[in-house]
Amino acid sequence: MAKLLIHGGRVIDPSQDLDAALDLLIEDGRVVKLDGSIKKPKDAETFDAAGLVVAPGLIDIHVHLREPGQEYKETVRTGTLAAAAGGFTAVACMANTDPVNDSRSITEHILLEAARHGHARVYPIGAISKGLLGEELAEIGEMVRAGARAVSDDGKPVMNAELMRRALLYAQHFGIPVIQHAEDLTLTGNGVMHEGVWSTRLGLPGIPGASEDVMVARDLILAEDTAGRYHVAHLSTARSLDMVRRAKTQKIGVTCEVAPHHLILTDEEVAKSGFSTNTKMKPPLRSEKDREALLNGLADGAVDCIASDHAPHHADEKDVQFSVAPFGIVGLETTLSLCLDRLVRPGILSLPRLVYLLSTGPARVLGVPGGTLKEGSPADVTVFHPDEEVTLSKASFRSKGKNTPFDGWKLHGHPVATFLDGRRTLVS
Amino acid sequence: MTPETPIRWQRKDLLGIAELSPAEIGLILDTAESFSEIGERAIKKVPTLRGKTVLNLFFEASTRTRSSFEIAEKRLSADNINFSTSGSALEKGETLIDTALNLQAMAPDLVVIRHAHPGVPHMLAKRIKAGVINAGDGAHEHPTQALLDAFTIRRHKGRLAGLKVAILGDIEHSRVVRSNIHLLNKMGAQVTIGGPRTLMPVEMEAMGVGVAYTLEDAIRDADVIMMLRVQLERQGRMAFPSVKEYFQLFGLTTARLAAAKDDVIIMHPGPMNRGTEIASEVADGPYSVILEQVTHGVSVRMAVLYLLSGLYEERS
Repeated sequence: MAKLLIHGGRVIDPSQDLDAALDLLIEDGRVVKLDGSIKKPKDAETFDAAGLVVAPGLIDIHVHLREPGQEYKETVRTGTLAAAAGGFTAVACMANTDPVNDSRSITEHILLEAARHGHARVYPIGAISKGLLGEELAEIGEMVRAGARAVSDDGKPVMNAELMRRALLYAQHFGIPVIQHAEDLTLTGNGVMHEGVWSTRLGLPGIPGASEDVMVARDLILAEDTAGRYHVAHLSTARSLDMVRRAKTQKIGVTCEVAPHHLILTDEEVAKSGFSTNTKMKPPLRSEKDREALLNGLADGAVDCIASDHAPHHADEKDVQFSVAPFGIVGLETTLSLCLDRLVRPGILSLPRLVYLLSTGPARVLGVPGGTLKEGSPADVTVFHPDEEVTLSKASFRSKGKNTPFDGWKLHGHPVATFLDGRRTLVS
Repeated sequence: MTPETPIRWQRKDLLGIAELSPAEIGLILDTAESFSEIGERAIKKVPTLRGKTVLNLFFEASTRTRSSFEIAEKRLSADNINFSTSGSALEKGETLIDTALNLQAMAPDLVVIRHAHPGVPHMLAKRIKAGVINAGDGAHEHPTQALLDAFTIRRHKGRLAGLKVAILGDIEHSRVVRSNIHLLNKMGAQVTIGGPRTLMPVEMEAMGVGVAYTLEDAIRDADVIMMLRVQLERQGRMAFPSVKEYFQLFGLTTARLAAAKDDVIIMHPGPMNRGTEIASEVADGPYSVILEQVTHGVSVRMAVLYLLSGLYEERS
């Protein structure tokens, strides 16, 4: 019986409304005791968490592991190594692989890879539509039986309203959320950055906020009519957030996530970086007004969780002119430090609220275990330094993807140790 | 116009007007004045850039700008090599970077580049040692066009400060309008832009211009009117219903010129769509300075080539 005593730390567990100096005893991969001062069992290993925060393992419900088919960008192994390095004990991976995860066999393949090489729990997200074509429903039931925890065509929106309505109905048989990449492609057109003063100045085609908003508006109507369970991926605009906030008061089954880059950067970054393709993602970096609205939403509960939209690309793919570069940046190894430095340090969020948004919140959105240190729960634990300065360095990323606009940023706070089922997955 | 304290040119590249100071703009225009006389000589050649190599990379079709640069280079005795393609193979980025690195390996002194995508000259400038001149990057900037426009205005009006300049047409797709707005604002002119709402980018006012949605409002009391080419090849089907209707709304005719000042000058960066944005009677009429723009383009590009080649600094 492997035992581990994590002692002397500040335990923050939003699931129990807990923020106190406590010791944590883990036995055989489970939390067995959480108490003020636990006497070290003779046969236990110890981890000294003095000056550190001990939290439920962080969960990122929006990552692209790229396997199968795009292993040159990322694999289940490298993606979960990156997760562990970033303090995450679980990730949910999107279906836009090659082939698409629209079948039981692909879902099983991902889970098999995770069991073989995984350094974090992997929750596959199945496709809504076969081949992500937006035409007919994928075999959602089969995928759920194989282990899928949600469905999404992420990377693409479900443009067809009738298909979306049916997905919201059908997914209820399995108690899973339908996750929408909310974007009206006819409004996006050939846009490559947020439509605003900076797209105007730079002469780059814009993606209007309305592209997201009209889709969220449509989907909220469908979610209301179907009593479905709807989740907005990477929500990025003030107006979409307002609609979600209002829908929640009307008991519509909606949740949403926001990505760290939308909380920290704005469209001006495209100009400031001199057209760096690491400022190009979907949804695009929005206006300052949008950014401020998202920050308010974090604090007031309109936002359910933070998710990185970890989207690794090969350097050769990104090292091209802005207009033709693929959308997306990596996030697993930058999220915690960015949030600690840019959200907690300036007082926008309390530390417990951040821990909620990165663990308990995402666990609830997806309906997966975790996000808690209650006695008896799996010992997924993240230990981090709340304010020690680090320099983010893409050279040290475990992810194959180095596409980040945050390389070289000096930030306060960073992961120190990650435990999955009580086993150490990050040794700092 | 010459600044009281002469400034030295210190930039490796000319990527846009946005980053230039009024003094730098003044320096280019004054330098262009001193070069303009060369074009009037019987032997139109000086040895200034002898031994310098200039690459002209045109990834997008161009007649006027490319010829203008070539003539400017030849008049300064530079060796120039032209590399032009609108081929789809070079629309791909990795090839572009590799092309640039290969060309850099031949040690050119200056690279003139036009590309359909905003930011490509900036990307190149970071990678190569040669000075980079942006000859138009998508709808972003076209700095030498704005400079030659300013040169032309100065020749006619003797100044830029205080002038009312109207710029009309397809604002969305125009790099010329963006560079001109930056330049004219920096030099103290007052800019009003006008065009159909469907071709007006969002938040144009934030660039420091007035925005009008009728031709008459835009050109009222204007000292200068610049017409922009309607980029018919870039229009989706939704920007305006027909060329006929565009001309009715925003075509510049002699009758409509009445709203402008009596001594207004009419400009156009070319190529013109006669009967779409401008009537022939105006384009060929007494207020038009359109062909002068082309002439001055050579002087301005000679000045830019000269300044970027580092000779200005060496001699001053």
